[in-house]
This record gives sequence, C-alpha cells and structure tokens, in this order.
Amino acid sequence: MAYTAATVQLLSETGELVSSALSEPYLPIIEKLSDDQLREFHRQMVVFRAIDVEAANLQRQGQLALWIPSLGQEAAQVGSGFAAKPQDHIFPAYREHVVGRIRGVDTIKIIEILRGLSHGGWDPAEHGNFHLYTLVIGSQTLHATGYAMGITLDGRAATGDPDKDEAVIVYFGDGASSQGDVSEALVFAASFQTPEVFFLQNNHWAISVPVTRQSRTPLYLRPSGFGIPGVQIDGNDVLASYAVTTASLDAARSGGGPQFIEALTYRMGAHTTSDDPTKYRDDAELDFWVRHDPIVRFEAYLRSRGADDAFFAELAEEAHDAANDIRLRTLALGVPDASSMFTHVYTEPHSLMQEQQAWLEAYEASFEGGAS
Amino acid sequence: MSIETLSMAKALNNGLRKALADDPKVLLMGEDIGPLGGVFRVTEGLQAEFGANRVIDTPLAESGIVGTAIGLAMRGYRPVCEIQFDGFIFPGFDQITSQLAKLTARHEGSLSMPVVIRVPFGGHIGAVEHHQESPEAYFAHTPGLRVVSPSTPHDAYWMIQEAIASNDPILFFEPKSRYWPKGDVDTSAPGIPLHASRVVRVGTEVTLVGYGPMVPMLLQAAEIAAEEGTSIEVVDLRSISPIDYGPLVASVQKTGRLVVAHEAPGFVSVGSEIAATVTERAFYSLEAPVIRVAGFDTPFPPAKLEAAYLPDPDRILDAVDRALAY
Repeated sequence: MAYTAATVQLLSETGELVSSALSEPYLPIIEKLSDDQLREFHRQMVVFRAIDVEAANLQRQGQLALWIPSLGQEAAQVGSGFAAKPQDHIFPAYREHVVGRIRGVDTIKIIEILRGLSHGGWDPAEHGNFHLYTLVIGSQTLHATGYAMGITLDGRAATGDPDKDEAVIVYFGDGASSQGDVSEALVFAASFQTPEVFFLQNNHWAISVPVTRQSRTPLYLRPSGFGIPGVQIDGNDVLASYAVTTASLDAARSGGGPQFIEALTYRMGAHTTSDDPTKYRDDAELDFWVRHDPIVRFEAYLRSRGADDAFFAELAEEAHDAANDIRLRTLALGVPDASSMFTHVYTEPHSLMQEQQAWLEAYEASFEGGAS
Repeated sequence: MSIETLSMAKALNNGLRKALADDPKVLLMGEDIGPLGGVFRVTEGLQAEFGANRVIDTPLAESGIVGTAIGLAMRGYRPVCEIQFDGFIFPGFDQITSQLAKLTARHEGSLSMPVVIRVPFGGHIGAVEHHQESPEAYFAHTPGLRVVSPSTPHDAYWMIQEAIASNDPILFFEPKSRYWPKGDVDTSAPGIPLHASRVVRVGTEVTLVGYGPMVPMLLQAAEIAAEEGTSIEVVDLRSISPIDYGPLVASVQKTGRLVVAHEAPGFVSVGSEIAATVTERAFYSLEAPVIRVAGFDTPFPPAKLEAAYLPDPDRILDAVDRALAY
C-alpha cells in the first residue's frame, strides 16, 4: 500500500532479516547489536505502548485535556532514538514521547503538558539533549538547523573523532512537510551544510487530511531539490529505523552535511484524543497497518533469536506496571501556584511582570481565607 | 568624556563592532549584511573585519533567519538579526511571537533567548510599499519580547550594545529617517539604562511623548511653540516594552497635559496604551484628555502622499492647541 521500490526494509513483515540491494549497506550496523540491545528496543516499544494506551484512557476519564497517541509509530521512534549518541541534540515535534523516554524525559512531563500544568518545562541539558515540544507545526526544524549551525561554528562536527562529533536530529511529520518553515530549514541546512538529520515520520495523516494532499511525490524525493540526500525506510521496522538513522547521523557528524529520512509508518490511533479517525479513513487501510504492527514483527524476530515466553511475559508485566505507575503519578499531580505564570516570561526584571504579579497576589489575599 | 560626532548608522556600526569584539558569541545575521554592509550600510566593513562566520549573509527568508537564530541562541550564541525593512518582518512574525517570545517561559527558566532583531522602520524616505512601516505595536503587545527604539546616535551606540548584552529577546527599531543626521556620541558612558525613558526638553505647560523618529519632530514642535510663548516638555520614551512611566507621569503631574505621537496607525497603538495608563496614573493632574497624533489607519500610502500621512510639527502643535483649549 504505502511501501515503494525504494523503501529500505531490514526486517520483513514476518520478522526475518531482508537481504536485498537496499538492505545490504545497513546490515553490518545491525550485526553489531547485541541481544541485550535488541531486547531493549523491544522493551521500549512494548512498555511505551502500554503507557500510551493508559494515557489515552486517562484522557477519556477526564484526567487529561488531551493525549497525543504514538501508537503504531514505536519502531520509527525507538530505532532513531537509540541511533542518536549522547552528545547529539534531538528536536521533537510533539508525538515523540518514547524518544524522550529513551533520552531521559519521564513521560509524566508530557502528561503535565496535556493535563494543563505546564508548556514543557524540562531542561534539555539535563534530559539527554531532548528539546521541548513545539506545537506550531514545523517550527522546530528551523531551531534544529540553527542549533546545528552552532555546532559547525563551534567546530564540533567533522573533528576526525567520531566519539566527539555532534549532530542534530529533528522530527516532523508529513503534514509539516507543507510548512514554509520546513522548506526554509532545508534551505539553511543545505546552504550551511549543517550536521543534521531530518527525520520525517510519514504516518499518512495530518489529522484528517491524507498525505496525498501534502505531496504528489514521495516525500523522500523532496530534499533532493534542496541538495540534500533523502532515503525512504519502512518506519515500522525498528532495525531499519536504527540502522539508517545511525548511518545518516554518522554522515552528518563527520562532515557529510544534512541528511533526510522519510519513515513510512502509521498513526494507528487518532491524531489526538480530540478527533475521530472513523470519519475520514477506512478499515482496509487500518487493517493493512495492523498487519504491519512494528511490535508484532519484532517479537517474531526476537523469538527467532531465542527470546522465550518468559522474556515476553516479564515484559508484559513491566509494561502493565509502567502504565499503572503513570496513572498513579498523574492523579497525584498538583497545580502550580498562579503567580508562577509571571516568573519566567523574562530572564531579567520586567516592570509589568512585577506589577501584575503583585496585583494578583494582593487580589487573592483580599479574599477571606485567600482565593479558592 | 570621549565625544565623537557620528550619524546613527555609523554609531550603530561602531556599537555592533564593539559587541562583536567584546563577545565571541555575538553573531550578525541577515540579508545583504556581508560585503554590501546591509541596504543601509549599518554593518559596513564588519564581515571583512570579523569574517563570514560572525557576520553571516543568510538565505532570503525571514522566518529562517529568526528560526535559526533561536537555535543558535540555544547553542549559546547571541545572534543579532537584521530584518531588511519593517514590512518584511511579517514572514518571521510566527517565529518571533510564537517561539522567540515564549521559549523562556516554556523552559521555565532553564533557557534564555538573547536574540536581538534589528528593524529599520518608519517613513520619510520616499520608498515603495512595505518599506516605510511602523509595526512596533505588534511586538510590544507580545509578552516575552522587549521593544526599544533609539532617537539619537548616542542612544543608538549604547542601546544596541545593551540590547545584545540582554538575555531577553529584543526588537530593536531603528528610525531610518534618523540614520544619516549626525550627533554627538559619548563613547565613555551610556548615560541611562536601556529601558529608561528620559526628559529631553524641560517645559511647564504641555508634555509631548514619543520615541525613535518622532522625538526630533517633538523637539521641533517644542521649539516653534517656545517662539509663540508656550513652554513644552518632551519625553523620549526610548523603550516601548516595558515602558518606563516614571519620568512621563512626573512630567504630566507637572504640566497637566499630554500629547503622544508616533508614525504608526493610532488605532490600538502604543499611543492608545500610553493614553490609558497615564489617565489611570495621573487622572487628578490632567487638565485635558490625552491626545494622540499618529499615522492614519490606512496602509502606508504611496510615497508622494507620505507628508500628509506622517505626523509633523504642525500636526503636533495642532494637538497642543487642542490640549491647551480645555
């Protein structure tokens, strides 16, 4: 349905390694992975799917204003997330919860956003260089490109030492590909030859609008017009996601300039809990992607490598516990003090902030027993 | 004291040169700012002196300039973006108002955004559409931004350096009609802080307030009024966000009358804000309503009509007469 003759796939739908002209260059990257690493890929996908389902439930129960499901996109995110090195910087859109988790962002920080308690608030420097979510579609591609320009100016890419070279990976979607900012980011990236990987998750739907409305050509072809190489991968294949992102980041870090990956995947759930996918897409399409579930495929692969029922049972229990844990911690979240809205608007003192914060505090104090 | 007589364009050039020399993290970015030195030559010679990695000719894309400046600031740089003309800032409006302005709050303090956006603005240069506008109110209305505008070469020299040293994002509106007249610049001391307003002419009967290109107009009007026997005080606001109301309110408490003037359209403008706030803070001192003199609420007209559109000393004095008639 979605795959093309150019789609790089390392793991077949039935969980076997693919040997093809497209896969050959990447298989050596996979061969270096240990069984523990492979099982960690699976663990992240399975545990996060449980958290994702639980978070959607919390929204249905009125505990969150919104949830942004990543269900179905785990392989694209886990593979690319593990491909990044500790020194790399990651600029997400707003659906890369499991990439954040891999980099050290507790999903409760995402929950805080969607429960109406913050607009982000984690310090990227202390959370695996995973930057804050950006809700204006595509804006983050320019921030990522500017950051990557800074890496170049600092002489921290193409140093000759792959362990020190730095790069940026920026996530965006098929809908974002239509935004002017994304084109401008590609222009700047090409012009300044930034150490950067553009990672487009084509999940086929921008809320209710299909990718065919965004582009009449496969999206991996678009960067070639900017002078940036593009590759299309099976985004539901965690090994392809890992290997191609690893190769692309290596190229970017070592002076090869910007790279572009289109990961074909599918948003099996809604865009957010606010929409109803049954109004705009048909069952046949969903069925196709359910059959291409990234977790099912990778479980088959792990079993072929000797993972047994005990491993999967233990993992199911861990996933259940993680979901329960996120539920309990969500319900325990408090509401920040109202005056905190003034605190960080500016870094340096600002007369309006001081006046209005003082006014609000005095106003609240004017009620007997304080404002409710 | 170390006094040099400079045009504002040259004062800005010297200020930028000093900022580049003092801090290796300062970068200039914009369209045509390299070998050409910018369309107003404000960056003339700087790329030759500091190199193409410090003074960066960017692709022609305002959102790209601001958006990549944000990323560079995240990396620890202090970018100074030049928007070529006032009316060309709007392709970058989203990155300025939705991202640059909000990132410090979104990070809850773990990140600051030391980005300066220089915007040549205002009329009096006889240019085509989109080249003579005054969009400062959009940015003053946006929480998280600071907005300033110098009116003299001295202020321009110091305020650009102070803006670059600030850890908050600053819109720096440069009055293009004032780029070329020369004035004294004391390079030994700035005088007053970046966001302070200042009484630039002392008087007793009416207060005039403005910023940037309007200040010399206000001073001319005051001069004419003095010849006619009316004593006028003039306040140079210098900062549009935040506004330093201290000297302004003190002046109005003395004179009892206020006229506020700017080139931008008057509807929902900086002048409206000042009229409302001064009325709140100095109500019992006012002998007349605060009167606004502004550009008309039309698109900036073709250049041959700009003299009728832009406030001039006569229109300011007309407002003074109306204030005195109460």
